[in-house]
Amino acid sequence: MTKNLRVKTSKLIDKTNRISFKFNGTKYYGFKGDTLASALLANDVHLVGRSFKYHRPRGIMTAGSEEPNAIIQLHDNTSRTEPNVRATEVEIYEGLEASSQNCWPSVNFDIGGINNLLSPLLPAGFYYKTFMWPASFWKKYEYFIRKSAGLGKSPVEPDPDVYEHRYIHCDVIVIGAGISGIIAAKISAKNGLKTLLVDERPYLGGSTIYQNSDYFKINNQNSGSWLEKEINELKKLENLEIKTRTSVAAYHGYNFLLARESLTDHLPIEQRNNKTRQKLLKIRAKKVITATGAIERPLIFDNNDRPGILLSSAIKKYADLYGVACGEKNILLTNNDSAYETAISLIQKGIKVESIIDNREQVNSKLVKEVEKNNIKIFKGFTVVNTSGYKRINKVSIMQLSKDGEKVIGSKTTLNCDCLGVSGGWTPAVHLFTQSGGKLRFREEDQVFIPLTYNSKQISIGSCNGEFTLDEILTNTPKLLIKFLEIKDTNYDNVDVKSSYSKLKRNIWLLPSDKILGKTKPFVDYQNDSTAKDIKLALKEGFRSIEHVKRYTTTGMGTDQGKLGNMHALGIISETADAKMGELGTTTFRPPYTPLTFGTIVGRNVGEYFDIFRKTPIHDWHVKNNAEFENVGQWKRAWYYPINNEDMHQAVQRESKAARDSAGILDASTLGKIDIQGTDASEFLNRVYTNAWSKLAIGKCRYGLMLNEDGMVYDDGVTTRLAENHYIMTTTTGGAANVMGKLEDYLQTEWPELDVYLTSVTDHFATISVCGPNSKKIVSSVISDLDFTDEKFPHMSFQNAKIDKINCRVMRISFTGEHSYEINVQANYGKSVWEKCMEAGKDFNITPYGTETMHLLRAEKGFIIVGQDTDATMTPIDLQMDWIVSKKKYDFIGKRSLYRSDTIREDRKQLVGLLTENPDEVLEEGAQIVADIKKSPVEMLGHVTSSYYSPNLKKSIALGVVRGGKNMMGQKLIIPMEKKLINVTITDPVFLDKENKRLNA
Amino acid sequence: MFLIYCPFCGEREQSEFKAGGEAHIVRPKQPTELSDDEWAEYLFMRKNIKGVQFERWNHIHGCRKWFNMVRDTSNDEIKAVYKMGEKPPTK
Repeated sequence: MTKNLRVKTSKLIDKTNRISFKFNGTKYYGFKGDTLASALLANDVHLVGRSFKYHRPRGIMTAGSEEPNAIIQLHDNTSRTEPNVRATEVEIYEGLEASSQNCWPSVNFDIGGINNLLSPLLPAGFYYKTFMWPASFWKKYEYFIRKSAGLGKSPVEPDPDVYEHRYIHCDVIVIGAGISGIIAAKISAKNGLKTLLVDERPYLGGSTIYQNSDYFKINNQNSGSWLEKEINELKKLENLEIKTRTSVAAYHGYNFLLARESLTDHLPIEQRNNKTRQKLLKIRAKKVITATGAIERPLIFDNNDRPGILLSSAIKKYADLYGVACGEKNILLTNNDSAYETAISLIQKGIKVESIIDNREQVNSKLVKEVEKNNIKIFKGFTVVNTSGYKRINKVSIMQLSKDGEKVIGSKTTLNCDCLGVSGGWTPAVHLFTQSGGKLRFREEDQVFIPLTYNSKQISIGSCNGEFTLDEILTNTPKLLIKFLEIKDTNYDNVDVKSSYSKLKRNIWLLPSDKILGKTKPFVDYQNDSTAKDIKLALKEGFRSIEHVKRYTTTGMGTDQGKLGNMHALGIISETADAKMGELGTTTFRPPYTPLTFGTIVGRNVGEYFDIFRKTPIHDWHVKNNAEFENVGQWKRAWYYPINNEDMHQAVQRESKAARDSAGILDASTLGKIDIQGTDASEFLNRVYTNAWSKLAIGKCRYGLMLNEDGMVYDDGVTTRLAENHYIMTTTTGGAANVMGKLEDYLQTEWPELDVYLTSVTDHFATISVCGPNSKKIVSSVISDLDFTDEKFPHMSFQNAKIDKINCRVMRISFTGEHSYEINVQANYGKSVWEKCMEAGKDFNITPYGTETMHLLRAEKGFIIVGQDTDATMTPIDLQMDWIVSKKKYDFIGKRSLYRSDTIREDRKQLVGLLTENPDEVLEEGAQIVADIKKSPVEMLGHVTSSYYSPNLKKSIALGVVRGGKNMMGQKLIIPMEKKLINVTITDPVFLDKENKRLNA
Repeated sequence: MFLIYCPFCGEREQSEFKAGGEAHIVRPKQPTELSDDEWAEYLFMRKNIKGVQFERWNHIHGCRKWFNMVRDTSNDEIKAVYKMGEKPPTK
């Protein structure tokens, strides 16, 4: 049996262009212009999914982005699969495949449907109440809860599509291209303002464009035809960019908006290649006009969620725009005039309307009379109390409402139907407005929240501003725009409007029933399956704040953010708790308005552009020589250089030994370098470092420690005096940008009188460090015209030199404790100088080493790494580095904090060396250090910060911080591990060459 | 995202800037003369006002200059920007 549910004429459908698609594996046909929802309805498919909690059969409910039920999985099992797509927004194309979510094994027979029968056991807060006890069982519960939770399936293959970001700057953005938006865009562009008009739908004109009844006329034409002419004129305007299929996702402060423009989602897959799928538009508008329209409200009654129950306006839209009859026996339930507009449209299209059930008692507007003329029975003062039909509605039961609307009276009548349209009036779509920080007010007459105060240069017009009738829109919009856009006139002053819509409404948030609430299922949030019952239960249990009720009942927490039901939830709270709606306020509307794909958000920042990294000038050499890399800040640093399948430990042991036995070479280009010049440069260094700088001779280097004002170690490095008023400072790799920022801060804000200039030169120089007993031989053969005697070029000094014709700065400084040189050359010569050093070091087994060996070598010497051996709680005293803190200087950053009551405590954590009882046992970094394992709870004294096996000392060495450790030399402590206890002894942190003999070897 | 008028560069996006906390807290000239409590007052105590607040900002991805801003934290309205060392606006 196939029904013909297509009507003859429609606004959007191209009947010459038939399209085939699959839903749940079955092939169907639709036409160009159809959405997946309209095409399914035309094929008499109402059951499209199961609800989240009770797995109740659900159908298409709306015809727009507010859809809570018809959310589907697109292209399952392909790389383009996408969950949670609203069938009402998907334009069909040849080859489209979609399937239902939340059901197994199929939408027609879903095992989870048993939850519906168990629903008395699944009240609000069910998870919180049930899975709490016993606590140890949570892990088991969690597994099953997670398994059954979640909507749809995410793709498991990389996304084949391309996404982009685009910035748009405009004078005016108009959001929404319904009748108000079209008028606004036209006025704006005509007045020479650069205007952007966006709409989430693929067509312009909103709900007016398919309006063709005699009851709504503008200048004596039906409103749809009038608007069509307006749009045609609009398209010719300069200064105007129109974007359809573009959904504004977020409206931030200072008129910054994010929108998603869909470019290929409506095309067959094979036509999408090499095209950008979606663009994230980053829009900065001088003025914003919000014309986002309104969303029709459902009504809340028992079993109001069955397939075949739709919003009345959606039924109208499917008939007028898509030429689809949602049913052959339609009943409408309403509390306002909107359902009569639907009825008139259906009558025009030859679709049968059985009856209208109107909550209102006295109704006699023009629209009502027109419907009555067509011999359609209107039940005035009645309501629906129940529905039946498991996978499709087949009956409604109606009863008369009492005068006060609080109960139903009389006898129950049952009516047959296959489709029920509901209209509970309209809710202005104020989501974007409130995102921008606007405040709402509650209008009692028709129970709607409308914009009150704006937080930026913006205005709401049309039905999102609570103007629901055509005459209001056409009268008010031009007036508002004249003021807002500061223009003279609009050419809309003498428009003649005929609107037959009566504003009379009878608002009842929860319609009464003949059954007690506990025996009914009046759904408020369809997607999350929360009912009026759940909300009342939450209130009974003491929840008062709407934000709490929302979270406890999950009302409004689905992917649709409760666009349909949130107002009813508020209404029920207001009535039950006897609080005023306006005082309750709404829950927070958060971006995005409709879900965004991850692709849109990241744009082109994927693959190698996901997290951009910095390479040293010598990077290619490291790659060629098999280096493994480590991320340090944004840098890729050579970590170690394995040879012949060495693992990291083997490579590091070899590199470390070679560096001390003969020669090692390290790429230190990533170290931060700051060029400091000015007549007060020495004074400046005195203030930012803990030690004294005034007496540092030109050509000498000095190690410096930098503190925060709270006395904690911030950074360290060697600074060299190049000339009287010229220094070059080095910082840690990761700290470079922050140190630069901190120094600038003090210079500009605290000491503007100092004559000092800072320039970051990190990227300008390549730094090559050559260390080991043979380093002098190697470096002196590369730099032939320099005197390398200890007298001329001692430790901690600097020389300008040339390698061939290349200028270089050579510092004799050491982070390994070996005799060593740091050669700084202009970055683009870095690789060539490195290769020269490698060549010159050939006979000395010069061994390139990475950061891991560097860490090991410095640990042997007890040198700290800021950020590894320190955190933001270590003072220089804690580090046993008292020697670097000047006693003579009157002040430096952090000095005063070094003798606060907290920093002078004896039992602070202090840096110590740790030696294991078994010299082959290497500690784990981060392991806890304790003294007494029997005490309960075990007292933690500190932790291991650095730990290595030293090939040069042939034993395990470690650094750690221990409470009061400074005075615990020689004491034995315990490091408890999962399966053993490790005995350690506290030692001096310097393990190798305490006398610094190797520096001058 | 704010649009911030840098006193040196003009109007730029917030992503170019870094916030630097409360403004007009002067580093004591003679820290050594201060008691622990007085030093702690300078070191730790900051206002967090709902309403008009004086703040330091740095055009970190631009001219790197620090400047001051008067901002209403309740609605993020920037009421004034002025250079370091300049007197804060009184109204």
